[in-house]
Amino acid sequence: MSLFQRTRPAPIEKLSASGHNEAPIPLVDVYDPNRKSTVGLEYMSYEQLEEFGRELDAVRQRVLDDLGQEDADYIRRVIRLQKWFEVLGRIGIFLPIFPPAFIAGVVFLSLSKIIENMEIGHNIMHGQYDWMNDPMIDGKRYEWDNVAPAQDWKHGHNFIHHTYTNIHGMDRDIGYGLLRIDDDQPWYPNHRFNLPLSFVLMLFFEWGVMYHGIELDEYLGGKMSKEEFQARKKRAYVKVRRQLFKDYVVYPLIACAAIPFVGWWAPVAVLGANFVANLVRNIWTFLVIFCGHFPAGAETFQEEDAQNETRGQWYLRQLLGSANISGSKPFHVMTGNLSHQIEHHLFPDIPARRYREVKVDVQRLVEKYGLRYNEGRFSKQLASVVRQLAMYSKKPSDPYKVGRSPESRALRRAKREAMKATQAA
Amino acid sequence: MGLIRKALASPVIAKVTSPHHPDEYLSLVHPMLTVEAVRGRVVDVIRETGAASTVLMRPNGAWSGFVPGQHVEFGVEVDGTRRVRVFSVSSSAERKDGLFSVSVKAHPDGYVSQFLHAGHLKPGTVVFLSPASGDFVLPKQVPGEMLLISGGSGITPVMSMLRTLADRGHTGHVTFLHYARSREDEMFSIELDALGELPFVDMVRVYTRDPEPGAALNGRITLDHLERLGLDPRTTPTWVCGPAGLIATVRDLYDELGAADQLTAEYFKVPSVNLDAEDATGSVTFDASGVAAANSGATILEQAEAAGLSPVYGCRMGVCNTCAVKKLHGAVRHVISGEVCADTDETIKVCVNVPVGDVAVDL
Repeated sequence: MSLFQRTRPAPIEKLSASGHNEAPIPLVDVYDPNRKSTVGLEYMSYEQLEEFGRELDAVRQRVLDDLGQEDADYIRRVIRLQKWFEVLGRIGIFLPIFPPAFIAGVVFLSLSKIIENMEIGHNIMHGQYDWMNDPMIDGKRYEWDNVAPAQDWKHGHNFIHHTYTNIHGMDRDIGYGLLRIDDDQPWYPNHRFNLPLSFVLMLFFEWGVMYHGIELDEYLGGKMSKEEFQARKKRAYVKVRRQLFKDYVVYPLIACAAIPFVGWWAPVAVLGANFVANLVRNIWTFLVIFCGHFPAGAETFQEEDAQNETRGQWYLRQLLGSANISGSKPFHVMTGNLSHQIEHHLFPDIPARRYREVKVDVQRLVEKYGLRYNEGRFSKQLASVVRQLAMYSKKPSDPYKVGRSPESRALRRAKREAMKATQAA
Repeated sequence: MGLIRKALASPVIAKVTSPHHPDEYLSLVHPMLTVEAVRGRVVDVIRETGAASTVLMRPNGAWSGFVPGQHVEFGVEVDGTRRVRVFSVSSSAERKDGLFSVSVKAHPDGYVSQFLHAGHLKPGTVVFLSPASGDFVLPKQVPGEMLLISGGSGITPVMSMLRTLADRGHTGHVTFLHYARSREDEMFSIELDALGELPFVDMVRVYTRDPEPGAALNGRITLDHLERLGLDPRTTPTWVCGPAGLIATVRDLYDELGAADQLTAEYFKVPSVNLDAEDATGSVTFDASGVAAANSGATILEQAEAAGLSPVYGCRMGVCNTCAVKKLHGAVRHVISGEVCADTDETIKVCVNVPVGDVAVDL
């Protein structure tokens, strides 16, 4: 990876199909583009929704206008801290002969990986610091310390998840195609294992993110070309190889130099320490993300309802679909400020350190319009997530909520036929 | 590049720092300690005549030198944002102290040049550079007879050529033909006076608006000017740098005489921002795909699509950052905030930016 090589991430090909310019946003009902979206009508009127959108736009603009040296200094300070943690960690794990240093090394390395993925990687790849025009802090160039390649993660996360947040059938992050986390998701027998599956996903979360980014289901569903799928697989393969090579080959090899002082097991200790650090990072990121989206009360939406939505409705959907975790300042940094998940979803492209300050405005609007602001302690949100996972693992009594029930099958068939009929017409 | 830097730049080190660049670690130790990112420490900022400034810098070990006539990206950080402009190297390539300089005229809309000229850049500051590049260069085999034509601030690259030749004790003959509005508006006036005394230099300066009494040549360039200097374009290798008008005239002149092969030209781009331009002017160039189109006033993304390209995009509302690409030069206006950005080589979201005048993007 060169800092100055002009990468060409936008694949340019001559257009073959027409209608390319039909934007995914706003989600348009192709049959009735004038029908108004129903998102948020239980809370406010269309006029109020417009006003709500304008007010939030103003908040965003105020922050953007105010960005400057302090924000630049902040992210550089965090990067410096993370890099020192990493260096200290790497040194520490080379000293397994002295257990306190070794354990401190594992802790520092874990902290470093967490901060790199959350406050640095996630936020930089959102383009939060693109205004700095620094190639090292550029959302387009940044590659994070994670087996998921940045390019595919950015597509699935920045675009799909942040645009179509919590819309069934569009946001692939509702349960990640693995778990049932919402009442409106059809129940399948594998959902009986919601809790054990979540536990395994927690331990191998970066692998889950990587696999999710390949989008096998989209390919199998015929929504993705074979070339695109192959390219995704290739990128993932290259990244996985690079990550594994670094953590489990290069550093253990370097540790061979310590064999005369430590013993034959020095490389094994280093390999183990890297594994533990990755594991700790996986567990932490999983917990933060699950507590940001899946506690009770986070709302989900149907595609039909979100079609033709306005900017205000888009904002409202973001607000209703996310949950905050309260905590201390170091805690917020460790979560990449995703503890301010609501503010992050409203303004994904403003530097995350500003979420604390815009929270005041968001809460003012929440009060003004009588909305719900889902916030709670880490333990409370986590307990809620566990309860949700347990609750939705049970087979619903309503046959329409069971994926394989005759009723659901009939409904799906009817929908398919209706679709065909309208397409024919 | 020193031995240590070479070692640090090796692929082995990159494997250890993967997925990050070694420079991301090294520059935390010291901003000048990088293996690929070229950086320089400002030694002095000198005010020149003609509202120009020269920045003298000591580059770090990632700098691999320059050929006279080349240019370099020059970035300063102001209020957290790196502002990058491309400036010509103006110093001699024969300097023994390892320093080099860029010179730039303060342009009314040029953020960086104004910043320099107002004295905000202090000695000791680290500036962000690129390797020198450009094909408008002094050839290895310097011809016995050569003509250097420049207009306005286009003097900087040919100044570097002339200074280098002077330091090398050039034995051939050089005609240095420079056009400026007036002596007050001319860069390097005093040094040009001195260089004119050198035996190998024929120094001719034409002040187009405020001619000196008794000057041999007047007005803008014509064939007559060259003839009066006793130069035959067909046999004189010529370098010309300056505004588009000057280059167009010289090019036509050489074409007519069938002397086009003697001519090397470089346009001097000055970012001109017409802040009031509500109407669409200029053209949009999609550099990577080699397509250009007249500016229709729509967003750059829409214009790219209209031109038959399909750049990646996401939300089309300025949120998801999927469509962000490098803008190579020109000014763009954000359709939501109305903010105009005119920096070179900055990342923009093409879905929410419209061109203001000529724009080139890396699409």
